[in-house]
Amino acid sequence: MLPALEIKAIYKSYGQLPVLQDVSLEIQSGEFFALLGPNGAGKTTLISIIAGLTLATSGSVHVMGYNVVTHYQKARLNLGVVPQELVFDPFFTVREILLIQSGYYGIKQNTRWIDEILARLDLADKADANMRSLSGGMKRRVLVAQALVHKPPVIILDEPTAGVDVELRQTLWEFIKQLNRDGHTIVLTTHYLEEAETLCNRVAMLKQGRIIALDTTQNLIKKIPHGHTVQLRLQPDVLPHELKHLQVSCRDGAIELRLESYQQIEWVLASLRTARIEVQEFRLQQPDLEDVFVSLMKSDRSALQ
Amino acid sequence: MTAFLTLFHKELLRFWKVGFQTILAPMVSTLLYLLIFLHVLDAHKEVYPGIPYTIFLIPGLVMMAVIQNAFANASSSMIQSKISGNIVFILLSPLTCQQIFYAYVLASIVRGLLVGLGVYLVTLIFFDIPLHLPLWAILFVVLGSAILGALGLIAGIWADKFDQLAAFQNFIILPLSFLSGVFYTIHALPTGWQYLSHLNPFFYMIDGFRYGYFGVSDISPYVSLVIVAICLLGISIVAIRLLKMGYKLRH
Repeated sequence: MLPALEIKAIYKSYGQLPVLQDVSLEIQSGEFFALLGPNGAGKTTLISIIAGLTLATSGSVHVMGYNVVTHYQKARLNLGVVPQELVFDPFFTVREILLIQSGYYGIKQNTRWIDEILARLDLADKADANMRSLSGGMKRRVLVAQALVHKPPVIILDEPTAGVDVELRQTLWEFIKQLNRDGHTIVLTTHYLEEAETLCNRVAMLKQGRIIALDTTQNLIKKIPHGHTVQLRLQPDVLPHELKHLQVSCRDGAIELRLESYQQIEWVLASLRTARIEVQEFRLQQPDLEDVFVSLMKSDRSALQ
Repeated sequence: MTAFLTLFHKELLRFWKVGFQTILAPMVSTLLYLLIFLHVLDAHKEVYPGIPYTIFLIPGLVMMAVIQNAFANASSSMIQSKISGNIVFILLSPLTCQQIFYAYVLASIVRGLLVGLGVYLVTLIFFDIPLHLPLWAILFVVLGSAILGALGLIAGIWADKFDQLAAFQNFIILPLSFLSGVFYTIHALPTGWQYLSHLNPFFYMIDGFRYGYFGVSDISPYVSLVIVAICLLGISIVAIRLLKMGYKLRH
């Protein structure tokens, strides 16, 4: 089947400065995909290239099989983009903005769908308010609504939850998840790695313009070496000799051990029992996407690639 | 077609919603020009046989208002969208460069004509102004406002800040319109200035427009028409080319 998004060998530089280097990526229809990376890694530039806002130095991008440069009209009809910047047109109300945006995509009558989007994004009572009068979080939701007026099969959200409070964030994600269940392909960038971990099936991590990891969320977490951490409070507060090499820290009487696998837990507990040391508190911490992120961003070249 | 009509409609709404500033204010300032000039200058002196200065001045002022407002419309819309960032909604959409061009230019023509028509109607209350060849007048006013709309679009795309746009307006558009024969016939000028006036494309718009009113002009209206049409074609090609390149719009 044709991928929803096909990015082939994209290079982009501004003068001598390379921003994206040999970025290739395929995102299948129906995926919920996260594009992660620190500020300046090239995420927004890549999104801009997909959206046709920026021209790549070389390489190609296809949205639902349409080249974003040579068949830009078809490509853009299949794509909805929520920009990162909180931009708005101060001359119009929310409803006017959405009707105008629909018109740009050739849709004359769109009231029903607009009403639905407004309701789903909790904006119905602001439909006739001027854009200037809206709070930052509301403006952000209008941006989401604008990207959805033409029901695009591929939706890209560039940090959609920046500056949005917790409750609204939940509403937003519920709506996006519903869109994903309805078959829309979702690509998002976010600095909240928990969001990416709970929502996305697959993740690409960008660092200095290169993809340094591309896999399912679970696989990336599995590949973290020394992934599991155990925090213990012991009575007496001493660690048997054979466990010393696992210790990474000791803070306020809590000893932290780093384990290579779950199997080691039993061995740790057996050693403690043999040494007649009582376990008063036991806390197991599993690695998450943030650990993967931090470990990858620290390393020069990815070991997980 | 829906996409183009939507952008055109949006551009109309944009100035219509602030009509005091975009239509009434320029009408008032043009009428003030008329009032002042008529008091200062010899209003009864005939410029063409049977046409006193007052009547001669009115079409020139109407055209000047049209020119300046057509330019202001496209240029301020474009630069506001660029600076506030909402141009992104147009750039993300499947609108073609031609659709964007025609929508901006047509909206500029409409605003120019509204201001011009407003000034004309008010002056009709006080003066008996002949309109011998209305089709010629309409032709030149539409072409003139289209040229300035396209020029405004180019200036809006080119300028990074309001300061640069103001420079374009005050150092290019304003002198060219003031020195184009709005207030005088070029036959009243020394030869050197007459020659320079012929290099000013705005001169042909105004002279041709005046021909529509009086049936007389400084030069043949056909020559003016050809020159104005060539100008429009050239400026339109440049504007569409800039949109196609994504100059200062797509990086």
